[in-house]
Amino acid sequence: MNGVTPRLQPNWDWRAAGNFTFGGTGTGFLVFASIAALGGFPVRLPGLIGMAFVALGLTMVWLEIGKPWRFLNVYFHPQRSWMTREAYAALPLFAVGGLAVLLDQPGLLLTAAALGLIFLYCQARILRAAKGVPAWRAPLLLPLILTTGLTEGACLLLIALSLLGQMPAWPVIAAALLVVLRGFLWRDYLNRLRMGAPSETLAVLSSFGKIFLILGHAVPLIAFILGATTPGASLYMAPAGAIFALLAGWAMKYTIVTKAAHKQGFAILHHPSRGPKGTGGPGVKPGWN
Amino acid sequence: MTRWVMVADLRRCVGCQTCTAACKHANATPPGVQWRKVLDMEMGHFPDVKRVFVPVGCQHCDEPPCLDVCPSTATRKRDDGIVTIDYDICIGCAYCAVACPYDARYKVNKADFAYGDEPSTSEAQRFDDRRLGVSTKCTFCVDRIDEGLEKGLTPGVDPEATPACANSCLSQALTFGDIDDPDSNVSRLLRENKYFRMHEELETGPGFYYLWDAE
Repeated sequence: MNGVTPRLQPNWDWRAAGNFTFGGTGTGFLVFASIAALGGFPVRLPGLIGMAFVALGLTMVWLEIGKPWRFLNVYFHPQRSWMTREAYAALPLFAVGGLAVLLDQPGLLLTAAALGLIFLYCQARILRAAKGVPAWRAPLLLPLILTTGLTEGACLLLIALSLLGQMPAWPVIAAALLVVLRGFLWRDYLNRLRMGAPSETLAVLSSFGKIFLILGHAVPLIAFILGATTPGASLYMAPAGAIFALLAGWAMKYTIVTKAAHKQGFAILHHPSRGPKGTGGPGVKPGWN
Repeated sequence: MTRWVMVADLRRCVGCQTCTAACKHANATPPGVQWRKVLDMEMGHFPDVKRVFVPVGCQHCDEPPCLDVCPSTATRKRDDGIVTIDYDICIGCAYCAVACPYDARYKVNKADFAYGDEPSTSEAQRFDDRRLGVSTKCTFCVDRIDEGLEKGLTPGVDPEATPACANSCLSQALTFGDIDDPDSNVSRLLRENKYFRMHEELETGPGFYYLWDAE
């Protein structure tokens, strides 16, 4: 039934997905880089990299809006809009992060990371508030987006540490735990959706999920374990696993935002009675499982 | 108080799309944009198959998800329940479009005309570039309602003050009126018939009622 079954939303493309992808990675990286900075990890370059990711994401979404030169209007609705709140969260994030970089202060970077978490939370709520897309409004998407951002941040830290020739145990353990958590959340998210979602959404996510769990979870975990148990291997096995887990997170968000974003579709609760002796009956909800 | 709603009698709608055409004519929407459209839904399995024609569009919800998400406050709800968009404020982020469970919002980024690259005379006269790059949707023909009220007319009763789709409906399947007025045409229809609202489980409080059987 063309035009009746849930159709893929046509409005948010790879640019919108980029906001969630890079925003999550940037804020997640700020969190882990700031923790590492308390132990002597540099502040300036990681701070810049984290903020650059967030800025890149925001720039991508700016490129998507229909009236880019009205972008300041995004600040008009903090009472209810999570998009406005995200925009507000970005301001102190860049201000405090910029100060941290300027003054080379780990404490300020930690504060910027906390603001980054608020930014990340707003991003997750943006998707949750989109009632028109069942795959986005699912409650478990909120922890999934948060965990994915943190996972990406931890993985980016592993890559950065390997470039510096260091690989302490704690970020590897943190990344491994987050990868495991993300895997469980993904499984539960998909299982909940199976209880009621557009069939096309489920087909896309089910198909993606197999690759996602293998390349984004099993492979990184094997790499982390091999790195931890083989002397001298951690320096290259941990970042190798991290690359898989990081790219898988990006792919997940890209898939959810652009490929599995089928709209609610249409439904009727009853079919109408027709004619003098006609009776109504049950309705129909085309395109749902 | 006044709360404008639309009532669609599914027993009467014949799927002629006259409402769609009337809406396009009244609002000069570009190709592909149908603020009022009629779905052709099939149900059952051969040979026991039924068809139902279902008019849809912006439901002017009590709790519009589009309003909550709008970062610019371009989307607003009037006291009479009509949800509006201020084209001069909208940034065209289309967040409202993905938030709407009724697929009622459209965003057109460049001018598009029915017959090639050049507008017809009518299209050229009625082209409104404020609608490019922003969200648009059914307004319940709010200008007609407001002007009609100023003239002392009753929306839903007097054609001049009634949305174009309801005016044009040849089977009187679409009825517009004030649900807060117990004597209005829509209140009477809702009293005398069984009805439902679409996606009510999403708690949007749609202002669009579908009649399906007599009480």
